[in-house]
Amino acid sequence: MPTRIHPVLGAFAALVFLFLLAPLVIIIGASLSDTTYLTFPPQGLSLRWFANIFQIEAFRRTAITSLQVAFLGTGLSLLIGIPAAYALNRYRVELPRWLSTLFVLPILVPEIVFGFSLLKSITIAAGLPVFPSLILGHALLVLPYSVRVVGASLASFDFSIEEAAMSLGCPPLKTFMTVVLPNIQAGVIAAFILAFITSINDVSVSVFLTGPGISTLPIQILAHMEQFFDPTIASVSVLLMLVTVGVMAIVEATLGLTFLTK
Amino acid sequence: MTVSLTIENLSAHYGTTQVLKDLSISVAAGELVSLLGSSGCGKTTTLRIVAGFLQPTAGRVRLGDRDLTTLPAHARDIGLVFQNYALFPHLTVLDNVAFGLKQRTIAKPDRVKRAMAMLERVGLAPLADRLPSALSGGQKQRVALARALVIEPPLLMFDEPLSNLDAKLRIDMRVEIRQLQRANGTTSLYVTHDQEEAFSISDRVAIMNAGRILQLDTPEMLYRKPANAFVARFVGFENLIRMKVTGRDGAVVTAEAIGGTKLHLSQDVFGAIKDDFVLASRADGLTVRRDGEGIPATLGTRTYLGRAYQYKCQTAAGEITANGALSDPLEAGTRAMLTPVPEQCCILDPED
Repeated sequence: MPTRIHPVLGAFAALVFLFLLAPLVIIIGASLSDTTYLTFPPQGLSLRWFANIFQIEAFRRTAITSLQVAFLGTGLSLLIGIPAAYALNRYRVELPRWLSTLFVLPILVPEIVFGFSLLKSITIAAGLPVFPSLILGHALLVLPYSVRVVGASLASFDFSIEEAAMSLGCPPLKTFMTVVLPNIQAGVIAAFILAFITSINDVSVSVFLTGPGISTLPIQILAHMEQFFDPTIASVSVLLMLVTVGVMAIVEATLGLTFLTK
Repeated sequence: MTVSLTIENLSAHYGTTQVLKDLSISVAAGELVSLLGSSGCGKTTTLRIVAGFLQPTAGRVRLGDRDLTTLPAHARDIGLVFQNYALFPHLTVLDNVAFGLKQRTIAKPDRVKRAMAMLERVGLAPLADRLPSALSGGQKQRVALARALVIEPPLLMFDEPLSNLDAKLRIDMRVEIRQLQRANGTTSLYVTHDQEEAFSISDRVAIMNAGRILQLDTPEMLYRKPANAFVARFVGFENLIRMKVTGRDGAVVTAEAIGGTKLHLSQDVFGAIKDDFVLASRADGLTVRRDGEGIPATLGTRTYLGRAYQYKCQTAAGEITANGALSDPLEAGTRAMLTPVPEQCCILDPED
């Protein structure tokens, strides 16, 4: 027997979906407009603004930078985050409580403050070039996701399995690689995706760390919008959405999206 | 090749709490010794130190002529069976069993052959390709057992291996563990809080409390001749009566307790009796009689055991449980005498 849904509940749910999806519909509409300014509903139908993205060299260059920064930054955050999450779970009793809070600070601190402090510390004080600063900044920005999401899958990991492996003659590091890692795989992939998406969409940290000649896509979008108010912005946004949807589709096909919500 | 396990003067601390106090025990080659005690007595700590997962603050662990004390866990060559099975969830039954052989860089065909042979022995060969999640608790523990045995370790250790299984399976499994251990002649250390399990499976049992071994003996000796009051209570001597010797006549001593108790006990039965001692017995070690020599008591609740009646009795020395003949059921409130059955009683030193 199908479950009856109360009309008010149904209407409320529809309203929530409308609220969530309407802006996206507007952007998609605007990106297809034939006008030289942003408008909705679109007037005329054209893909010229999509074509325009690829003609603007800055978009191509910053998109590549964004991908590089997202991959390397997320990778670095996992290199720090996985061992940290492991230690926080394995030695939960021995380690002080505040230590796990330390790893979520980048989320707790206002992003603009975090960005500015990164500028002061790694770019100005340490004198690191722009590209490594961006990677390091993004790695720190997404570190909370690595630690938390990997930590969540480690929380349900039975550490006696690790002891079983060692008792059978497997050294500690090899045990981690062959026994621990395969069992927290889903958590690691989930952390990677969350961190990757966060990194690729970030503005507030990047805005402080980008410098002469090197910028990320979101920063370029902002810069472009300040100069031209044409539908290119909408087209880029649609492309970014498609990339995200594409990533999600791959995840759904290979692992199932439910593991993201576990 | 069987070797002995020697644990010498082991001490361990968690922070400032001392959880093992100068503990020594040795397990002869091929012997199965159980560490038995309630939770927090230090039995698991001992096992974890031998396994190499914990460092002792003092003492040594030797396996044959190898000193294990400072060796890392993976270099100790010990087969371990865990309470929660600890199977590798991402590996098949066969790969779980072959894991230890793989660490020993044994070639794949040989590895598979040996793992399959071991699975055959525990009756799980048809399930070789399953994942652990598709097994029942009993099957999981058989896989864990096969995984520990296949590496042919000089020492096997069991950490409450049957606690998660239901009662019937537990009995089947302990017989199976005993058979496999006997057949291989592997020196074994077995940790449990279950007295019946420890007694049924072990050559010798060490009863532990507060980080010490109170008595290490065969199950038969522990059951009949506990060495001290703690062990006596642990193995079911529920009546402990403090007594004083008031007269000696050859082998027979006269002993008294508060409330008019006067008993004649033969040192031929009990061994030398000191002036101050405790008479310990289970319920069937004291017979409820209408009169005669014994401990004066007022009978309380009577329960029917099938082979006897059991009474809760009030005495000057406190509440005592004793059995009475089926032929003569007595009512609550009756004044009676509780007479010791010498073979069922033992004499202990008083506790401090």
